[in-house]
Amino acid sequence: MKSVQKHSQISRLVYATLAFLFIFTMNLSAQADATAGKSLFNANCAACHKLDKKLVGPALGKISERREMEWLKAWIKDNNALRASGDADAIAIYEEYKGSPMTAFPQLSDTDIENLVAYMDADPVKKAGVAQMVAVEEVKEEGSSVWITYTVLFIILALILWVYLKSNNGFLKIVATIIVLLNIAYFGFTALLEVGVDQGYQPVQPIAFSHRIHAGENKIDCQYCHSAAKHSKSSGIPSTNICMNCHKNIAEVSEETATAEYSKAFYDGEIQKLYKAAGWDAENLEYTGESEPIKWIRIHNLPDFAYYNHSQHVTVAGLKCQKCHGPVEEMEEVYQYSPLTMGWCIDCHKETQVKMEGNGYYKNIHEELSKKYGVDKVTAAQMGGKECGKCHY
Amino acid sequence: MKNTIYKLFTLLTFVVALTSCSEDKTKPTSRYMPDMYTSVAYEPYGENNVLPSGMDSQAPVSGAIARGQVPYDYEDSIDGYEAAKKKLKSPLSVHELSSEKGKSLYGIYCVVCHGKKGDGQGYLVKREKFLGIPNYKDRDITEGSIYHVLMYGKNLMGSHSSQLTREERWQVVNYVQTLRNNLLK
Repeated sequence: MKSVQKHSQISRLVYATLAFLFIFTMNLSAQADATAGKSLFNANCAACHKLDKKLVGPALGKISERREMEWLKAWIKDNNALRASGDADAIAIYEEYKGSPMTAFPQLSDTDIENLVAYMDADPVKKAGVAQMVAVEEVKEEGSSVWITYTVLFIILALILWVYLKSNNGFLKIVATIIVLLNIAYFGFTALLEVGVDQGYQPVQPIAFSHRIHAGENKIDCQYCHSAAKHSKSSGIPSTNICMNCHKNIAEVSEETATAEYSKAFYDGEIQKLYKAAGWDAENLEYTGESEPIKWIRIHNLPDFAYYNHSQHVTVAGLKCQKCHGPVEEMEEVYQYSPLTMGWCIDCHKETQVKMEGNGYYKNIHEELSKKYGVDKVTAAQMGGKECGKCHY
Repeated sequence: MKNTIYKLFTLLTFVVALTSCSEDKTKPTSRYMPDMYTSVAYEPYGENNVLPSGMDSQAPVSGAIARGQVPYDYEDSIDGYEAAKKKLKSPLSVHELSSEKGKSLYGIYCVVCHGKKGDGQGYLVKREKFLGIPNYKDRDITEGSIYHVLMYGKNLMGSHSSQLTREERWQVVNYVQTLRNNLLK
């Protein structure tokens, strides 16, 4: 009796385990379907379709509620043939999207399409909200040091005043005068040297375009947008069609892009400003034709009496943009990194050695110049980078 | 004597006040003789209240052809695409094409989405910012159709004609074909 009971217990356990494993593997296989479908969707469909909204083509979420699987297979593999066969649904959707045909995907197998549909039918997985709240602890110690300086200055001023007004000691008076004169010279020169030098200038732009997100996180090349830098004097402020090359598709930022300082809603609002300027109707995905200029504020501003050419530095010298503009890819808002003074230009020209390798056209000139100066390497300054007329004419 | 002292002191406070004025970084500093900084000529991106659209830069008259440019005859439509795919051939000779140039341009304008090898696995795709970039080998493309898409864009890809000159576009086309051939091997 005992053994029979034991036996039945064991068999029950085995059955239970088997049943559990069966259900578990079923679940697994269903999941694998959708996962495979996701990568297929991202590679083949996402250029024109989203799950939750219309893009170039219709939204595809929960597609099996609207279409038969057999129809979908025929449509995806060759929608032209399906239309030619006179299928009413196929012709209707073709006409709804103004006769722009969908690419045919004969390379997808039936299983691939079943996986795709499984992915489209699955509920969208919400990413676990990452707590972005970073405690901002900024102890402001600067304030106290400023006050110490002020107090010391005030005491010195009071002492000097006392020397002039109350004291009869002639020597002290001479010392005090010298201190006052030196101070005037120091502060005077500091003030004069700052005239017209806008290092650190960081105006508030009409759209809070973040170079940190675009050039830093997403690693988009500077010249993708500033495409004129390779050919012309000016590096160019991109026109809105270049923004729209990506933002036709990207109407909102992801949760991870938001920082403690700027929320997702803030960035999404800035993209809406772009849509307004470009005249893009994000609902119907078309241009309204009512565009308006974005009034960017120019940061780097050389005076008109100094000539500067981007292409000479970017294309010919092969300099990185960061050499003059600093770590733009880390800047939330761009500021002027370099002083842009003449001394700053000349310093770089004196140091920078001209690339001589693989420069057959100027080989002889380079040789003559290095002979003339008795050096192996020629700097930009020795090539004429210090001539007044190069930049002032 | 006292007069000079007061004068000196006024000068000192004035000078100190001058240096301490530059705290606000959202405003540019003052300029010495601003007339020499900004000439009367129009600046490329300047504001202009007289001209339409309020800008110094005006769009060229429709049909105008810029010096050195060659008009592109295929129209932005499905028929135009098919025609370009069949007929359009590169005007550059083998000697004018350089894989180095094409590669560096591809690295600036295409690589973030299309990937280093052209397999559609660019950095933006890997981060799931921009999806649905095809592998070049899965698409039936010719030099004419690649050029046509660079000119007008297709599906979610926008036109890149304003960022690249005609010659540069053909360099990129050549490089894309090299990548595609490597992928097809």
